[in-house]
Amino acid sequence: MQAEVPCKAFGIASLDKTLGGGLARGRVHEVYAAEPDDAAAVIGFAMALANGLARNEQRTTLWLRSMRAMRLGGVLQAQGWAELGGAPDMALLGMVPDAMALLRATVEALRCPALSVVIAESWGSMRELDLTASRRLALAAEKSGVPLLLLRLEAEPVPSAAQTRWQVASAPSQALPGNASGAPVFDITLLRQKSGPCGMNWRLEWDRDRRIFREAPLSGLVVPVPADRPDAAGAGRQRLAIARSAA
Amino acid sequence: MRLEQAASASPSPGQPPEAPLALVARVKGAQRLGAVNAAAQASGLYPGMALADARAIYPHLAVAEMDEAADRHWLKRLAERCTAWSPRVTLVAPDGITLDSTGAEHLFGGEAGLAAQVEDVLTEVGMTLRLAIAYTPEGAQALARHGALPLADERQALRALPVVALGLDAEATLALHRAGLKTVRDLAARSASSIAARFGAGAVSALRRLLGEEQAPIDPLAHPEPLHFERRFAEPLALQASITACFADLLREAGRTLEQRGLGGRRFVLTLFRSDGARQRLAIETGLPTREPAPVLRLFDERIAALTDPLDPGFGYDRITLFLPRTEPLASSQPELDGQGQEDETLAALIDRLSTRLGPQALCRLVPRDSHIPEQAQLALPAIDAREPARWPEPPPGEPPMRPLFLFDPPQPVEVVAEVPDGPPHRFRWRRKLHEVRLYEGPERIAAEWWRRKGGEHAAKGGLTRDYYRIEDVRGRRYWIFRHGLYAEKRDPRWYVHGLFA
Repeated sequence: MQAEVPCKAFGIASLDKTLGGGLARGRVHEVYAAEPDDAAAVIGFAMALANGLARNEQRTTLWLRSMRAMRLGGVLQAQGWAELGGAPDMALLGMVPDAMALLRATVEALRCPALSVVIAESWGSMRELDLTASRRLALAAEKSGVPLLLLRLEAEPVPSAAQTRWQVASAPSQALPGNASGAPVFDITLLRQKSGPCGMNWRLEWDRDRRIFREAPLSGLVVPVPADRPDAAGAGRQRLAIARSAA
Repeated sequence: MRLEQAASASPSPGQPPEAPLALVARVKGAQRLGAVNAAAQASGLYPGMALADARAIYPHLAVAEMDEAADRHWLKRLAERCTAWSPRVTLVAPDGITLDSTGAEHLFGGEAGLAAQVEDVLTEVGMTLRLAIAYTPEGAQALARHGALPLADERQALRALPVVALGLDAEATLALHRAGLKTVRDLAARSASSIAARFGAGAVSALRRLLGEEQAPIDPLAHPEPLHFERRFAEPLALQASITACFADLLREAGRTLEQRGLGGRRFVLTLFRSDGARQRLAIETGLPTREPAPVLRLFDERIAALTDPLDPGFGYDRITLFLPRTEPLASSQPELDGQGQEDETLAALIDRLSTRLGPQALCRLVPRDSHIPEQAQLALPAIDAREPARWPEPPPGEPPMRPLFLFDPPQPVEVVAEVPDGPPHRFRWRRKLHEVRLYEGPERIAAEWWRRKGGEHAAKGGLTRDYYRIEDVRGRRYWIFRHGLYAEKRDPRWYVHGLFA
């Protein structure tokens, strides 16, 4: 059955093998934040996934947010989205008043096969999202073939009918020359997969120009410390940071 | 009534009125004057003259392109204004309007009162006007264009008109002149058969129409009936099922009328009149013009479900009306074989449903706005109106994201420790947590829009400059932080987190 579902391969052998070919379309994928501060990473990761899941450039992506998301997470910026490789021109942004309206709008959108992907951003533990509601979302997604990325921010994982469940945290990026931060890097954990292995984690870097993920090289290893010269101030700070993140 | 076209089409109001001005159109590959103003006319220029000849007469002639579509549009708008004086208003392209004042002039104090009022109103909107009243539309047009105003005796004035007033083509007019026939009186003295033999039957009928011996059909502006549909009930209607059936019936009737006119409704207003006098108005809007009852009915259901007070029929409704204030042309369409059109339709239906339920502002498309102030660089337009997606610029390859995914509105204050006052943050405290800065890039200096402020060109009055830093802390979280104000502008500038990167 798994083989029949159209998938989007990540292009990373171990990840694709675990997922049985890639991320399935027409399914529900939940993404949780590792810590409350990782909300932006969760959304960035979801945007990158949505980019891969979109079958057709000309199709519309629907992004549903609640008013609470706007207050806590800030105003979505199309330019930032475009700089992550997305297509905000083809996107519709929906603002819903509460969790119930979010679920209703999501299930309605999932029944519309003209969309490429639906992203529903929820903040807080949505009590309305019980197993029945979750199953309803999954069925609607399966029927129309439109994938749903359900972003659960400030929430603890609960049982659901989702195909995969991810946990995302931001990770230190590869420094660019001049000590600038580089392409976004995410630490992702596959918390659960329906009838498949889970519990693995990866560190992925998003390559915007090629619109693919690649495994991030371990940061720090690339910073050379010259043996014959005293440390530059920047390099010293870099090593300090590595020591801290290791600790 | 004749409107001087040069005035109606004059594109440069800044020009002093005495400078000769001509509008130029391309006629058979040559630049010819299409219209001239009074000053140009005084210099001996006339419409139809070649531009080269006009330049030879008057080298400093100001010239502008003639915009015929705009002229037509303007004439139509004037004609619509004229419907205030008469129900039958006819456009005479390119520069005339005929009003049928029969039975209407007494409302404005007789013919003279009507003429005075028309002159006042149209002069006020900047038109130069020649106005004549006659028994026939052709006579009025000919007198306004060629007659000597004011009129003393209409019959004599018509006969004194030059033959060009007949409106024949240039060849026939020239032939009349060559035959020594200068005025309408000369022509009217001849027998109709001899005129027809020499100058064609057209000359005869033009003459007869001008003298009121023959009537020509007129083509007045149409007044489409407003799209207003109504059902009245002898017994008030209280059952939900009957009310829904009535909606559907009204929508089907509206659909038939719309189909006849080739239109589709964009906005539907349903008014329910309760028998005790209370009334309830329900309005819905669709993204694409439609005349199908089923989707509109579904939107009304959404609208009713979204009401804070549910519909209460009480003792029943005795009148239900449907009004379509906004329509757009809608041609009959055929489904495409690849299903593309159908897909667009399902998307439009989804947009309509969500916009009806959540409100038109809730579902939007992001379009770029020309501003360098980050929080003003985008505009959220309602998706129901913005059908065409706007293009966002492609980012340069090889660069990390320079603009954040989210902006806080308003920016959130942070406590920052910087190594040097003017330098980047070293560590900062945001939401009661301390963040150590690992990598940074900046500053990107964004000045305030001083030109929008009064006196903004003076130092320290144009608003505070922001220095933005792209920052990554040791946990890999990426922030957009700015210092509000340079040290030169402000003694103790505050720091804010403005946005988050992925």
